[in-house]
Amino acid sequence: MDMSRRQFLRGAAGAVAAAAAPVAEASAPFAPREPKQLPPKAIGMLYDSTQCIGCKACVAACKDANGKPVEQPQHLAQWNESTWDTAMDISGKTLNVIRVYQNGTMAEKDREKDGYAFVKRHCLHCVDPSCISVCPVSAMQKNPTTGIVTHNPDACIGCRYCVYGCPFNVPQYQFDEPFGRIAKCQLCHHLLKDNPLFAKSDGASVPAGTSATELWKKSRIPACCDVCPTGASLFGWVEELQAEAKRRLALKPGEMYEFPRGLLGGDRPSQTAPVGHYQPHIYGEKESGGTQVRYLTGVPHEKLGLPKLPDHSFAAVSEGMQHTLYKGMIAPVVLLGGLVVLARRNARDDEGQKNDEERKNDEERPS
Amino acid sequence: MTAITHRPLGGHLVTKPFLILGLFVLIAAYFILRRFLFGMGDVSNMSNGYPIGTWVVLDVVIGTAFGCGGFAMALLIYIFNRKVYHPLMRPALLGGVFGYTLAGLAVMIDLGRYWNAFNLLLPWYAQPNSVIFEVALCVMAYITVLWLEFCPAFLERMSPEIRQRFRLDRLQAFLKRYMYVLIALGVLLPTMHQSSLGSVLLILGYKLSPLWNTIWLPLLYLISALTMGYGVVMMEATLVQRTFKTPSEAALFARLARVVAGLLIGYLALRWGDLLYRGHLGLAFAGDWDGNLFLIETALFLAPIFVLLSRRRASQRWQFLAAISLLAGGSLYRLNSYLMAVQPGNGWTYFPSAPELMITIGVVCLEIMLYLLFIKTLPILHGSTTESHGRPS
Ligand code: SF4
Ligand code: SF4
Ligand code: SF4
Repeated sequence: MDMSRRQFLRGAAGAVAAAAAPVAEASAPFAPREPKQLPPKAIGMLYDSTQCIGCKACVAACKDANGKPVEQPQHLAQWNESTWDTAMDISGKTLNVIRVYQNGTMAEKDREKDGYAFVKRHCLHCVDPSCISVCPVSAMQKNPTTGIVTHNPDACIGCRYCVYGCPFNVPQYQFDEPFGRIAKCQLCHHLLKDNPLFAKSDGASVPAGTSATELWKKSRIPACCDVCPTGASLFGWVEELQAEAKRRLALKPGEMYEFPRGLLGGDRPSQTAPVGHYQPHIYGEKESGGTQVRYLTGVPHEKLGLPKLPDHSFAAVSEGMQHTLYKGMIAPVVLLGGLVVLARRNARDDEGQKNDEERKNDEERPS
Repeated sequence: MTAITHRPLGGHLVTKPFLILGLFVLIAAYFILRRFLFGMGDVSNMSNGYPIGTWVVLDVVIGTAFGCGGFAMALLIYIFNRKVYHPLMRPALLGGVFGYTLAGLAVMIDLGRYWNAFNLLLPWYAQPNSVIFEVALCVMAYITVLWLEFCPAFLERMSPEIRQRFRLDRLQAFLKRYMYVLIALGVLLPTMHQSSLGSVLLILGYKLSPLWNTIWLPLLYLISALTMGYGVVMMEATLVQRTFKTPSEAALFARLARVVAGLLIGYLALRWGDLLYRGHLGLAFAGDWDGNLFLIETALFLAPIFVLLSRRRASQRWQFLAAISLLAGGSLYRLNSYLMAVQPGNGWTYFPSAPELMITIGVVCLEIMLYLLFIKTLPILHGSTTESHGRPS
């Protein structure tokens, strides 16, 4: 029953062609999926590292607003509970954290050499989020209007691919809990919900007669921006925040400037302070396809744990690949068709033989 | 060639190796219990820097590649119509059944919110852009297909009376009639999810060294799954032959050798060519961790190519060594690209804890135990002599 080489090659060619189709399709016109656009009423944050004084009021306020416990080493816990919060990084219990860059003598703030600098770490609310792209059960969602990236624990299966895939290592799984969940900054969307300005997060306009002061009084803006004493964490619409960042970059270092606090455009008293020595780069404008949280820093962003990233999101690469291979499920269906035909023809040759085999089995079996 | 007869090996079930394997399974069961009572952090060293650990990488990403024997053989036998290899089909399929089923078990241990796992099947939670979603559904479907493909082995074992009483004859006839559909699915589904296991890594971007991160990941993963599938069949066949003194398949494997060597050459050519094209080949010789891992991988792939293309391929011992080398190379490729060549930054490091590894090892031991149980009691292995190979029990 040995086959001739020719027959073999013919079968082989057919199967290779069938198998190669999706592969060839993948390689030739492979292109990342179209980049996503900033949502129409995207809200976000501008964090100005040169204005941050490292008071960590935002860390405490975030815990309060989001019902997260303090984190402390065992020995401190015994000494006095609830006084110290010593989170080293964001975690299952901590949604934001202030980290310090230190170099040499640390003589001067916002200087790369012999200096130090602060950086705030939390979700950047990407325009084209990797966490959403990897999540198999749509537990990560981006609000189509405000662009806030939220997490739904009832959907989440805890596979942790969002942790693996986020370019900033933001989502945090609670490994120390038997029923752990994913923790991540959701831009205090629960506070914004009560805020008339954002009441209908699905695209509401500002109800007539709502002044920014009113909003401020109600404290219905993200907790970290609400408590920030210097305006280093500033809340607002992304487009306006971007314009503000550009304004600051155009200023002369050392010049006095009125830094808005809380909500950009709100009428909370501003903070007058000298302009920092900025790196000429607004981090988050282009990184990973853009983010809704943007950074101005005095030392290069790589030093602050903000990685160098291309202008496109890796989600666009990954989804481009999926769409190329599985567009309309055409390639798999065609491939299956070819396989069924070949398998049918080749398995049929088998049949006579199988019957023999079975008969023999039955005969041999001692009952 | 004479007709193929599958027959149970027979022999004692509870042997010393069986008991030792059982001990490892018990140890694993203890730690699995702890994982469910106290959380994953209690037994594992996974962190939010390395959220994917040995359970996924060893038991699923590498484990399913070891389970690709059935896929690789079906492709050769039924798609390329190489009937000579037919005797190898059922043992290969059995390896697949357990490789994949226990990968499924490992996933359930690993899922942080396992009680929600059913959401994967609910259409309103579906997220078709997610590569993991594709992998999850496709693997579930394939596990089902594997068990169905394997059903005839059970049915053959039953006495005709029982088969008749429970109308299983009809099931048997049905399965036989439409087996070609199952066979086709059994080739399509692994093609899809094994390549997707590569696509998963595209999201890592800068975290994964360019030595591994390329848009060719899906194809490289697919080829590595096939070569590992053939490697497993070679290794299994040799081990079973040596242990149970069944007839040697060495002659068959000598023929298979060139197919495998060809695939391996294609794999290396694609990998090195792509690195050259993208201008990253220098990284391979940087002498650092990533570069050296890459070179070790390449060496493990090159060795079997030389063996399988030389006259040594006729010798069972060399076949076995070649298979071991290519399995090691394929496993290292997968381990590196998912874990060892991934740099999340921020000072994160990862090395599995002992309990974490014990769970991984326990799952593998369970796999071997079930494999032994099945080949001894079910008609899996083929014999061309009329005698039963098993020792009398
Ligand atoms: S920073 Fe990470 S968690 Fe936040 S939206 Fe982007 S990918 Fe998602
Ligand atoms: S851990 Fe949850 S949110 Fe993250 S990818 Fe998995 S299912 Fe989605
Ligand atoms: S927006 Fe809210 S959740 Fe996010 S860091 Fe600020 S306080 Fe925390």
